[in-house]
Amino acid sequence: MTHITTIGQYFIMIKEVFKKPTKWKMMRSLILKEIDELIYGSMGIVIFVSFFIGGVVTIQTALNLSSPLIPKNLIGFAARQSVILEFAPTFTSIIMAGKVGSFITSSIGSMRVTEQIDALEVMGVNSLNYLVFPKIIALLMYPFVIAIAMYLGIFGGFLAGVFGGFTTAADFIEGVRIDFIPFHITYAFIKTLFFAFIIATIPSYHGYYMKGGALEVGKASTTSFVWTAVVIIITNYILTQLLLG
Amino acid sequence: MITVDNIHKSFGENHVLKGISTSFEKGKTSLIIGQSGSGKTVFLKCLLGLFTPEKGVIAYDNSNYAQLDIKQQRALREQMGMVFQGSALFDSMSVQDNVRFPLDMFTSQGTSEKEDRVNEVLKRVNLVNAHQKFPSEISGGMQKRVAIARAIVMNPKYLFCDEPNSGLDPRTAILIDNLIQEITDEYQMTTVINTHDMNSVMEIGEKIVFLKEGYKAWEGTHREIFKTDNQAVTDFVYSSELFKKVRQMYLEGKA
Repeated sequence: MTHITTIGQYFIMIKEVFKKPTKWKMMRSLILKEIDELIYGSMGIVIFVSFFIGGVVTIQTALNLSSPLIPKNLIGFAARQSVILEFAPTFTSIIMAGKVGSFITSSIGSMRVTEQIDALEVMGVNSLNYLVFPKIIALLMYPFVIAIAMYLGIFGGFLAGVFGGFTTAADFIEGVRIDFIPFHITYAFIKTLFFAFIIATIPSYHGYYMKGGALEVGKASTTSFVWTAVVIIITNYILTQLLLG
Repeated sequence: MITVDNIHKSFGENHVLKGISTSFEKGKTSLIIGQSGSGKTVFLKCLLGLFTPEKGVIAYDNSNYAQLDIKQQRALREQMGMVFQGSALFDSMSVQDNVRFPLDMFTSQGTSEKEDRVNEVLKRVNLVNAHQKFPSEISGGMQKRVAIARAIVMNPKYLFCDEPNSGLDPRTAILIDNLIQEITDEYQMTTVINTHDMNSVMEIGEKIVFLKEGYKAWEGTHREIFKTDNQAVTDFVYSSELFKKVRQMYLEGKA
């Protein structure tokens, strides 16, 4: 029953986010600030993780291809498929749920604890629109992050494969280009947009409706990460079934 | 003027406000006092529109808040200023940006016009050299001044303060009390203060509403509170020996 109430409250919150918009001049600066904090501020971890994950996927694939009958270009093919279809969009989103999601929950939660949200409401500001809407718009840039993650994941795989002695540059590149289906990129970006919305709104919900003090802000951040990750994984399954099934 | 008629507010089984009726006049400083858990904060949040009473009427200059649509309610809130207990300043903004925030949100004034208004109110609360500082870089008393400046920057009709001098030293607390009273008189606002501070009660309480266990147990002025024989009020206000003596001196005509 509690979960049903929570889900209902979440959708009511989403409705409120789009009501009574904040003045555009203010909103524009809020959106730019959020792009800086949520997108630009996450580039470092995304670059680091995607590069090494690509490398690990390549090494694992190469080590499991023991039969001489299997062509070596399969290493590049497997790296491309796993990075584009899952590692870049889904794995990076889980990382972002931890990094960006915790930041969103703790910053909004701290505002709740210190009555800053009450201050906004008393002034007549739609606090949900003011706090959450810019995050949703900023995270529309998220597919660009994932595009970089895709490129670096495959590049990391290339370097690990070639310099680790598992494949040749020519075989890897041939594998990356073989049987390429452009829709897979579209599929990954569609998923990414759904994940971006989830990363912006679920942590906001947990921060906005939290009760208590500083300790509860920490607890809300943890809960928000768990739920964001769970919803990302379920959404990933549903979208995969709908778009590729 | 704010009129409150028979309001009730519960949280689950907990019936917090039990039929409170009173009124707060324009240009006067009214205080809500009572022990912790008596319903003061809930009452103040009902007045602010942050909580909706299950029963009863709260009217601002004869317009019933509950009958206003959301747009009208938000418009009414733009006429309210609030000083929170912890100041509730936006910690990512400088003092100047905090005070300018309502102007940015609700007016179409130009930059220089806003700057002038911000400087004017900061000067009014005696804060002249803290414009670029952040809330974490200034003292509690200065934070309260910034909160007051932010609350009055839009020339509100109603000013609400939740324990405005909690956590302040006695001297600063008196300065904040006096500032609120002067501003109330100057801007002709309806000011409602929620407080525990007995100095405030004695000094600035032009009207005092005493709450006990969710009921209004007494109301009167800071002069009348010396004379009242209401047991609940005297137990609360004159719980310290010092205030007992002050009361006795007042009654004997020595104060």
